[in-house]
Amino acid sequence: MRRFPWAAALTPALLLALALSAPAVQAQVSFERLRNAAEEPGSWLTYSGTYDGQRFSKLDQITAENASKLRPLWVYQVEDAGQIETTPLVADGVMYLTEPEARVTALDVKTGRRLWTWQHVMPKDVLTIGFGRTNRGVALLGETLYFGTLDAHLIALDVKSGAPRWNVKVAENKLGYSITAAPLAIDGKIIVGMSGGEAGIRGYLDAYDAKTGERLWRSYTIPGPGEFGNDTWGGDSWKTGAGATWLTGSYDPELDLLYWGTGNPGPDWNGDSRPGDNLYTCSLLAIEASTGKIRWHFQFTPHDVHDWDSNQIPVLADLRVGGALRKVVAFANRNAFYYLLDRETGEFLLGKPYSTQTWAKGLDDHGRPMVIPDTEPTAEGNLTYPSLQGATNWMSPSYSPITKMLYVPVREMGSYYFKGEAKYEPGKVFVGGGERRLDGDKAWGALRALRAETGERVWDFRTPTPLWTGVMATAGGLVFGGSNEGSFFALDAASGDLLWDFQTGGAIRSNPISFLVDGKQYVVTSGGRAYFAFGL
Amino acid sequence: MLAISCAGLSSGLAQRDPIAALTPADLEQGERIYKAQCALCHGIDGGGGTGPTLQRPVLTRAPDSDALYALIRGGVPGRMPGAWLSEAETWQAAGYVRSLGRVESEDLPGDAAAGQRLYAGKGGCTSCHIVDGEGGSLGPDLTSIGDVRGARHLRQSLLDPGAALPEGQLLITAVKKDGGKIEGLRLNEDVSTIQFRDGSNRFHSLRKADLRELRREFGKSLMPSYEGSITGGELEDVVAYLASLRRKP
Repeated sequence: MRRFPWAAALTPALLLALALSAPAVQAQVSFERLRNAAEEPGSWLTYSGTYDGQRFSKLDQITAENASKLRPLWVYQVEDAGQIETTPLVADGVMYLTEPEARVTALDVKTGRRLWTWQHVMPKDVLTIGFGRTNRGVALLGETLYFGTLDAHLIALDVKSGAPRWNVKVAENKLGYSITAAPLAIDGKIIVGMSGGEAGIRGYLDAYDAKTGERLWRSYTIPGPGEFGNDTWGGDSWKTGAGATWLTGSYDPELDLLYWGTGNPGPDWNGDSRPGDNLYTCSLLAIEASTGKIRWHFQFTPHDVHDWDSNQIPVLADLRVGGALRKVVAFANRNAFYYLLDRETGEFLLGKPYSTQTWAKGLDDHGRPMVIPDTEPTAEGNLTYPSLQGATNWMSPSYSPITKMLYVPVREMGSYYFKGEAKYEPGKVFVGGGERRLDGDKAWGALRALRAETGERVWDFRTPTPLWTGVMATAGGLVFGGSNEGSFFALDAASGDLLWDFQTGGAIRSNPISFLVDGKQYVVTSGGRAYFAFGL
Repeated sequence: MLAISCAGLSSGLAQRDPIAALTPADLEQGERIYKAQCALCHGIDGGGGTGPTLQRPVLTRAPDSDALYALIRGGVPGRMPGAWLSEAETWQAAGYVRSLGRVESEDLPGDAAAGQRLYAGKGGCTSCHIVDGEGGSLGPDLTSIGDVRGARHLRQSLLDPGAALPEGQLLITAVKKDGGKIEGLRLNEDVSTIQFRDGSNRFHSLRKADLRELRREFGKSLMPSYEGSITGGELEDVVAYLASLRRKP
């Protein structure tokens, strides 16, 4: 242990005096607080705000009437250059965020001033195969923060000081495994997914003991020999089948089920070596949180050859479908289809395109796509919609229980898909092709409002380029979003009308959040290399 | 293995550009490396994707061979990972990347000197284009256009400018609430505002809420077509001149 010289000066009497003079704040972010996060809108306690993935704020001080008066209250600039994709968390007057490439920082929410920062020393030869060097945030439980690193470690930090509590290796980075997702904290467990779908990994989801860092279970997304689904892979192709779990899932504490999306099969664009459906890639998995057992699965894109990962946010809601109120999971998939599934059973309830797509005639009665022939990648390039990055991607949608609309960041773009050779070598790119995007002004973006119960489009707010920015709806009747051009904006949730916007000066590649500071509603977004806090 | 030898470097050729010494086999290997490690972000043909296009004669972050070598090895902090390649492999990849933006010299029928006279005279090209720092700035700088555009593309640009627009050249028409129209080249745009230069190269910044209409004129250009105003021979002369405009070694 490294010892700190000043620590010797802290006598027991002084420590007692310090403890007594400390302000009386809630010190513990218990599982109960996380479970009831929707009733505590002054905080932002998990990646999506609440376990149900709705990214909806019950705060209603900022409204359509006063949104035009929003102004920046503080700006925090990150230490090192890099892309910010982090959703900050806010609890008890402190904001916790990750900064490029492996730094965790605590800020005073009133001023944006830094309270502490801690940096993980990354090995120089860290591999990031198939994705940017990014991190999407921390999880908070009790007195501890949890975050994953590009070299595939899960690290626990003391929430007050940033001092490390424990550090475990989740996976072998030399094989291409990484962590970019924010972990999810549930009752005594930290759930963490991994990246690496372009490196021929075998994907999994892990649960760790929040106190000790001991691994509690591992659930593979690619079934091994003898397991259900292994026969959906030709030969040994399951061994390099990918199915990464690179975005934070949702959780239903009543059903004790985690809902987690899985990524593409490997190699991405050449499916010759992996005949079959390739379970459980491009799927949604419902996993028992206590055991790690897969309760049910739903595969959106069987035998995917376009890299349409299903690493999007599963939105849990109770919706009226076919006349009855159902516990559903709503899912706007990268493959351009919107789905409603029964979240207890995985039953397919509804599915329809929400964005331009040219690869499927539609979905059959079980939700399986009816694939149009000759839409797979070719040596010469085959134009298909949506593009490799999909009709949407990792950035969060938002569901408003008030408007009953799902607000989705959309990418209207096609790509020429190319098929190439793919040979697996450990720790190397394993993709078998690529794309040429229909770029520039042939592509555009939209924040799109869908009627959640039907998938029908209500309105579009167009942006100059395909979106990479998440969305947050609020009880004030607003939807906040951003764009690659640096605009952060508030729309009328009912009509999509632009009410206010602010130019942050850099692309916005994260998800907005909202919380209270001294009883006043704040909204925070990143923009370029900074975080901006807005209020009235 | 890579053809540039250490012996070559130690025998007085150290100043020579290692990319120039690459063999076709090196470039093939470079292509394999590119497709495996770079294409995911820069596009399979180098046309760009999550990363920028590499189909340009001078790369912003890597204007010369040494800079390109260093960039491939070191990456760009926070944006692009450094590649884990041997020295030889890095040069192979660098050579292939350089080739993505380069157009090979062709034997052209036109007379480049005559083309240059027409460019500066009857064609009136200098009023809108810069070559070696001289000329108007409404259109793209043509100083090294020969590195990125072949003869076929150059002919098309002269006869049907809208059909061969370079990246980022979008013509827009802004119709104000009072019906007044301004046409121009878009410089930037966000959800609520647009910035552009009009045909007189004057800068405008307008709020979209103040416009009745904002049209994006895909496939159109402010540049006039030379179809019919110059002869076929003159066209070939100008094409030969433009093709000769290459980056100086």
